[in-house]
Order: sequence, then structure tokens, then C-alpha cells
Amino acid sequence: MRYLPLSHNDRTEMLAKIGVRHVNDLYKDVPATALLKEPVDLPDHMSEMQVDRDFRAMAEKNIPAGSHPFFCGAGAYRHYVPSTVDYMIQRGEFLTAYTPYQPEISQGTLQALYEFQTQVAQITGMEVANASMYDGSTACGEAVLMARRASRKKKAILSGSLHPQYIEVAKTATKYTDDVTVVNPVDIYDADALIDQIDDETSCVVVQNPDFFGNLQDYSKLAEALHARKAILVMVVTEVVSLGAVRSPGSMGADIVVGEGQSIGNGLSFGGPYVGLLATRQKLVRTMPGRVCGETVDADGKRGYVLTLSTREQHIRREKATSNICTNAGLCTLAFTIHMTLLGEKGFRHLARLNHAKAVKLADKLAAIDGVEVMNDNFFNEFTVSLPIDAARAIERLAEKQILGGVPLSRLYPDNEKLKKQMLVAVTETVTDGDMDRLVSELKEQVNAK
Amino acid sequence: MLNKQGRQTDIVNLTELPQDSFATHSGNRGLEQDELLIYEIGDTERTGVDLEEVENFENRLGGITREDKIGLAGLSEPETMRHYTRLSRMNYAIDMGLYPLGSCTMKHNPRINEKVARLPGLADIHPLQPMSTVQGALEAMDKLAHWLKTLTGMPAIAMSPKAGAHGELCGLMAIRAALDKRGENRSIVLAPESAHGTNPATATLCGYKVKSIPATENGHVDLEALKEALGPDVAAIMLTNPNTCGLFERDVIEIADAVHDIGGYFYCDGANFNAIVGKVRPGDLGVDAMHINLHKTFSTPHGGGGPGAGPVVLSEALAPFAPVPYVVHSKQGFALVEHMEDGSDSFGRMTAFHGQMGMNIRALAFMMSHGSDGLARVAEDSVLNANYVMASLQDDMTVSYPGPCMHECLFDDRFLNGSGIATLDFAKAMIDEGYHPMTMYFPLVVHGAMLIEPTESESKQSLDQFIGSLRHLVAEAKAGNTELFSGAPYLAPLRRLDETLAARKPVLRWTKPE
Amino acid sequence: MTTYYSEEHEWITVEGDSGTVGITDYAQNALGDIVFVEVPEVGNSYDKGDEIAVVESVKAASEIYAPISGEVIAVNDALEDEPALVNAQAETDGWFYKVTISDADELKELMDADGYKAFTAGLE
Repeated sequence: MRYLPLSHNDRTEMLAKIGVRHVNDLYKDVPATALLKEPVDLPDHMSEMQVDRDFRAMAEKNIPAGSHPFFCGAGAYRHYVPSTVDYMIQRGEFLTAYTPYQPEISQGTLQALYEFQTQVAQITGMEVANASMYDGSTACGEAVLMARRASRKKKAILSGSLHPQYIEVAKTATKYTDDVTVVNPVDIYDADALIDQIDDETSCVVVQNPDFFGNLQDYSKLAEALHARKAILVMVVTEVVSLGAVRSPGSMGADIVVGEGQSIGNGLSFGGPYVGLLATRQKLVRTMPGRVCGETVDADGKRGYVLTLSTREQHIRREKATSNICTNAGLCTLAFTIHMTLLGEKGFRHLARLNHAKAVKLADKLAAIDGVEVMNDNFFNEFTVSLPIDAARAIERLAEKQILGGVPLSRLYPDNEKLKKQMLVAVTETVTDGDMDRLVSELKEQVNAK
Repeated sequence: MLNKQGRQTDIVNLTELPQDSFATHSGNRGLEQDELLIYEIGDTERTGVDLEEVENFENRLGGITREDKIGLAGLSEPETMRHYTRLSRMNYAIDMGLYPLGSCTMKHNPRINEKVARLPGLADIHPLQPMSTVQGALEAMDKLAHWLKTLTGMPAIAMSPKAGAHGELCGLMAIRAALDKRGENRSIVLAPESAHGTNPATATLCGYKVKSIPATENGHVDLEALKEALGPDVAAIMLTNPNTCGLFERDVIEIADAVHDIGGYFYCDGANFNAIVGKVRPGDLGVDAMHINLHKTFSTPHGGGGPGAGPVVLSEALAPFAPVPYVVHSKQGFALVEHMEDGSDSFGRMTAFHGQMGMNIRALAFMMSHGSDGLARVAEDSVLNANYVMASLQDDMTVSYPGPCMHECLFDDRFLNGSGIATLDFAKAMIDEGYHPMTMYFPLVVHGAMLIEPTESESKQSLDQFIGSLRHLVAEAKAGNTELFSGAPYLAPLRRLDETLAARKPVLRWTKPE
Repeated sequence: MTTYYSEEHEWITVEGDSGTVGITDYAQNALGDIVFVEVPEVGNSYDKGDEIAVVESVKAASEIYAPISGEVIAVNDALEDEPALVNAQAETDGWFYKVTISDADELKELMDADGYKAFTAGLE
């Protein structure tokens, strides 16, 4: 067995040193009835080549995004990740290191986290950020709980245009606490409509920008209305590249910003692992969940970094912790940071403009098809398209032609009849003119055949 | 022809420079290089990417275009490579040496796992692509589910939890949902004193109060105290098995029966599954729910703190309450159930999309590589290695509980009594010996705990070196050589860091100097 | 002006119908370097025994329980910037909050300086 270094002789010698005859003697506390007499009913070990072959066989049954025109988004976006990123995160010193609890021998991870926190604070327009959460959706659930701690009130109001799975995750997070979570229908998302719902019990309003359907809004007025009631604005960003072109949540008055950071540095990976962002104002830091890295000095006065404010966390505060979270997105945050460093401000803004420009181009092309309508007045790199035909079926047919044309809204809102003919179309820098033309012509054909 | 380029190559007459007087201009010391922050090296104009030109277009951002300076520092590609390479060299890692962190299972991370997780057909697929285009991915999820269910002897599994603690939350929510369905409003979760901090934190999120169960002097759960604490108000017991003292709870079946008798559920924290994988099935012990840290037992890389993955296996009783989504299989192939159907007992959704696919693939590759036979050997070797360390050090350090232990062995600080050296100092001195410290001050049930978990990845030779280092440190401690410990580490990239300063005046990001 | 002590290591100095509350020197010594103090909100009322403040060191957090019932009338804002005051001057400048005394009888359940001294000596 290639992963197990002990030889038969080693084992014999070691058992002798311990003073037992057989390794099963070490399992003497296991009830005899529970110690398996036979191996479990699974295949025996395999060579590396066989494993490789088996996975290739499974991989080949899927249509990967990179080889085909691809327009899926809805909270996960395909961007080009520079080769440097994946090379660097595979360095053993990053890949195979533990959580940096021993700062003297973890400065690599810690300094990278400090850079990550700075980058996240900058792009969201906030003062501070933590060292990441599991993903955007769980960060959103945590933000609702954090808003409750910070405001000492219990009623969270969720915009109807928040990602529907984020809504479900937030509902789960507060399911067994005594919080009240108000979920709006899809058509209640306008800032004015949300302002009308705020009352003295309100802890926070959660909005998304660009929202699930791709729409952009200025939420400044909502922030003011919330602050007047000592409540909190939580803003969700599921496409962080938008922050290179769209006004930051911080500039609109958000108190907590959560985001899905996957777009930077991380692949689609069928939904995970991703990287949850959580940024806030300095004064709310102690109500924040999750790890955070801070600057300090060592015994010789040299600058260094440590995990800090850990009295908020489960390993110290136990039942009074701000969260039960015990990991961060680790390597995915590193990928984010390296990609963002390669981009820099110049590259990040350029990337955002490029995404927007391409999306505008495709939106215009699709809107030109008879019977097809782009529903958005404004958008960043994703918009909602209304078809004269069932959207899920249209997307299946596109897939038969090796085009991954978008996400049908019925996949996320199976019970909403009004949305059956609508789909989300995302356009990133990876989309070529040829990709757009294939999508447009195939869709036109389907619409005309109706 | 005489070549006058000859140089002196012997090392006899070289000058000796005292180490401590050696200050370099750069601050670097040979291969040990200091590194500034990206914000101190780069600037907002520099970039390491080339992007295509943006064609003319009409802005559709609805008047909320970002005008302010963001402040992101950029670096060119060679600078980026150098920056992060230099940072990487300040880290300890499994690839560099033994990582004896008890309760953390820092084992070798095979690179085939990384390779297959990056196959475009598995890595470059979107979670909401049509299911017809991701049949192989769903097959992989289903296959991993089958392996985990078989290894644990449990009938059902929730695959979406993103880490161990998230899995705990999943398991406890299923328990709460099951009790709610029975119309029972129980309020207490029992957990032993030695429990991980996530246990009480999780219980609180489910609306439960935690009641602590003491340990016996042998490090096991006190069965009598437990039975006394059981009552109609107890929703569940959360038990780590093998426990955090590195011992298998020998009364586990009796505990399970007692909890079931009062109508409660048995949550098993599966953090220490490595000791028993392929040898014992938690399903045979009466477990109702257990998370599996794929980054521990099944070797997905720790990555400096994540990402993890924490699938949860469930008993028949809890299966109906599992979260969405889950994979189903029919003649038409695989499909995902992503929404709760009418009348469903599922407690809801834990995350967007379907969980940590990238981690699942790596874990499955690890399992398939080992197979049924190899996984049992993993457990045996991890237990053998831990017992070998314990047996080798029992005369030098103080073993907290008599063995045999499982995959980790617990020492306490009695052997340091009177030396003026604390557990922390002892552990920091290990850094100078070239080792990552063991887990310290956990579990809380012994004083100055030192929990050592060598894992199955270590050879006997490697263990003997490690044991030698620890013996040396113990001898130095007993000889009163306190300086070796009180200022340790001396040889790491940094000395001990001022954590008080960091917490009193938190500086959590770089800001432009005034 | 009399100072009383609780078994939870709080002190309260009574002046008229209000008192100033903090933690004892013994307590700060046991806690180690204090990095943060969460003080109550002015205007809130607490019953004796309620959790009223939290003191954090780097690796531990300790709840502080109200030694007597009453309404918080002032808090020590200096602790926000300088939690180290609690280490340096636990029983003077490192005070936590001032409170109205709603039930003077509760003071009888507390110890005087000598009583507390004997109490802590018993803990060693």
C-alpha cells in the first residue's frame, strides 16, 4: 500500500515495544460484537493508474464549461483563472498546512490572510473583513445572526430578489433560534417597498446587488431608513467581479457585506468549495463570526500576524460563541488573494468593464430575437431573459447542441408559474463573439420553431 | 598554460562569525527571506494579467458606477510568484515533517486526489447545469455516499455540509426536526467535559442548552453520571468516539441504549473516525447521526484552515429529516432532489448548491486508492503509531490515562512539575527541533494537556526521530535548562508573537500610512 | 463610602444610593492580560446575579455577574481604548459601571474587605 510506510517487521517490533501480540489487542475497548471480523463490503485497494482511469471515466460523462459556449451564473461564475494561482496553491507549504494556530511557523498563511482581509475590505468598501466563511450562502445566514447580536433585535427582512437558496440557508440558520425571518415574494425587492416594512423589531434587511435577477439598485436610502431605527443593512454580492464597476456596498451605507468570492481565483467545481466573504464596520468586529487575522509584533519587535479576537469563537466561548464555525475557506481564500494580486486595481476594473461590455452586447443580441425580451433595465454581467417557450426545455435542447445556455428560473422556483419561461444568462470574459452567435442562432431557431 | 582562475575550495581556513552579531542589510538570513505586504511592494497601476480590450459599449449600470479608488495593489506575474513563494516558505506543512496535532489527523495528502479533482469534467462544471450534462459528477457523489454509508454502517447520508461543524449542525437539526415532528419540546443536549468546542456552540444554534457530563478518572464518560442526567428533557447526547482523550468509549452501546430508552438521539462527533475506519461501524454502536471530516480521515488537504467537508450519516429514524439536496438514482440515470416536496420532513437547506464537490472527489480518490483492505490498515497503523509513541515516552512524559489508546495519545504536564516550564513552552521548543507542536491544553479534562496524533503516514524511522527529540527536550527540562523553553522558538521565521497586543488594539487590515 | 466584595470577585463601592462596580485585583491577576471589556448599556436594569459584563483575555472570556440589582447609570468608557486599566488598577480606574442601588439589603449578602481576603486565601 503506497501510502503506508510501516513494514511487516516494523509492525512486529512496534507491537513488541507496546507489549501486545496483535494490533486488535489495541482495540480491546471496542465491544467484541462491534469489531468487524471481515472487511467491509467495498472494493480492495487500487493502483494510482486505476484510480486515475476511474475518475476520467466519470469526468467524461459531463459537459465541462470550458469546451463549450457557456452562460450559467446564478451565484457561481466561470472566469479565467491565471495558471499562477493553481500552481501556487498546490505548493505543499500552503496545501498541507494546518490552521495557523502556531504563528511562528505559519506566517505564510497568516500574511496571505491579512492581505485577503484587506482586499475584501477594499472591494466591499468596508473597514474590516474576516478570514472567510464556507461560502456566500452560509455567510448570509451568519450575517443575519450577526445583525441580531449587533442590533439586539430579532426580526430579519429578506428581499424577494435575494438568491433563493441564500434565503433558504438563512431560514435554516434561524430555524431553531427565536429569530423571526420575513421572506418576501420575488416581486418585493424595491428599496422603497422594503423601507415600508421596517419597524422597531427589525434587526436587519438583507438585499443583494446585483440581485438574483441581475438588477442593480442604489440602496443608500434603505441604509438611512435602517440606521434611523438602529437596524442594520446586510448587502449580499454573489458576483464579486461586479465590485470593479458598481458602487460598493460600503458607499451605500451597508453595515455587513457578505459575498461569494468564487469568481476570483476559484473554479466552478460543481458548487464547492467556494469562499464566503464577510466584511463589516470596525465597531461591529466583536459580533463577527469566524476567524480573523491581525497584525502584531514578535518578541524581537518584528512585525507578524496572528489569529486574533478568538474569544468570539467556539473553541473558547463554546455555547456562547458567535458561531460554531471552525474552519475558513483556507486554500480558496489564498486562490482569491493571489488572483486579486495578479489583477490589481487596474486589472480588476478592466475585468469588470469587460464583463459588463460583453453582457451588454449579448443582451442586445438576444433582445433582437422576435419574442425574446431582456427583463432588466440595468445589470452587470447577468440578466433575465424571457422566452416565448419553456425555458428549462430550451436549455435542455441547447445542451443537446453542446451549449450551456444559462439557468432556467424554474430550477430555483419550481412552483412559480410566472417564471417558467424565464432564464438567467451570465456573460463573463470567457465568452467569445462566436459563443454569443451560437447561442443566439440556436435560440432563434427554437423560438421560430414554436 | 597556467590557468589563474583557480579558487580556494577547502573549508579549513574560513572565518567564524558569531551568529548573533550577524545583521544583514536586507533583513534576510540566507534562504530565510523577509517579505513585505503586497501593498508595500505593488501599486494600483501594476498588473499581472493581460485582458482583451473592451469594445465601445453603452453603460447599463443604472447610474451606480464605481468612481472611488479601491486601493487594490497589483503585482506583475514574476513578483506574484516570488511573493507567495517566499510566504509559503514561512509555513510548516505535512509535506515537510510530522504534524502531531491530536484531534486534527494531519496525514499525507496524495497528489492523485488533487489531479483528479482538477479534471475539467469534474472541476469545470456548474452546479446548475442541466442534470443530463453532469451525470458523471452525480455518479461520483453517489459513489462517495455509498462508500461512506458502507464504512459507517448507516442507511442515509447528507452530503452538503461544508465542514465538520456544519455537519454537526446538520445532524443536530435533523434531531431537532425529528423531535418536533413527535411534538416533543426537549431542551437539553448532553456532552462530555472533553467535548470539542463546536459541540456546545452547535447545540446553542439548535436552541438547546448543554449539560456537561464528567469523565471518570480513566478518561471515559462517566456512565453513572450520564444515566443520572438522562431524562425526558434530553434531546440528544453528543459524544466523540473515539473520544478526545484518545480512548474508545467502551460503554458506547450501553450509552446509546440508555439515550434511546428515554427517547433521545445519539449524535456521534466523527472527528476521530480515523482510528476505527474499516474496523468498526458506528451504525453497529447505535449512532443516529455522525459527521465525517473528509479533511481528517479521508485526507483532503487542510489548506491552512480549509476548505473542509462534513457529510453526515444518518440512522433510519433521522433519514426523513435530512436536508436538501440529495442524489437519487433511477433508470433514467442520476438526479438531484433540490427542493422539499409537499409534506417533506426535511429540515431545509444548509448551503447553496450541493456541497463541497471538490473535496468529495479528493476523499473518494483516497478511499478508492486504499480500498476496503487499505482503510482498515489505515486505522490499525494510526493506532499502532500512537501506541508506539505512548509506550516509548511513558517513562519520560506523564501519560494521562492508561493505554492502549486509539489513534492519539494524551499526556499532561505533571512531568514538568517544578521545572517552571509550562506546556506552552515545551511545545514551542518542539518548533526548534523542527516539529509542529502537538495539540495543547485540549482536552480540558487534564492539566496542561498534550495530545499527540502521529497518523498512519509516519514511518517507524520518523517516529523514532520524533520520540528522540521529545526525550531530549524532556531531559533538558528536567535538567533545569529553562532558557531552551522560556524563549522558544529561537529558530523559526518569527519568535513568539504578542497576542495581547493583537487583541487589545486589533489591526485587521493594511491601511495606507498617513 | 464602603466597599463590598462578592464571591464572583466583583467589588462595589457604595456612595449614597449608588455604587461603582469592578472586578478585584485577585480576579484580574487570575485572568491575565485583559484585552477587552464589554460593559452594559446605560439605562438598562439588571437583577443581582444577571450576566452584566464580559471580560476577555487572549484565550478566555469570563462573564461578570451583577453583584446587586439596579439600573446602570454610567459606564467606564476608558476601558474601550485601554482595557489594560483593569490589570493596572482593577479596584480604582479600572471600574466597570455605576449602578443605582434598588435593594440595600442585597449588600448584606456581600463580604467586607477582610472577609474577601479570607475568602481568596481559602482558594489558594
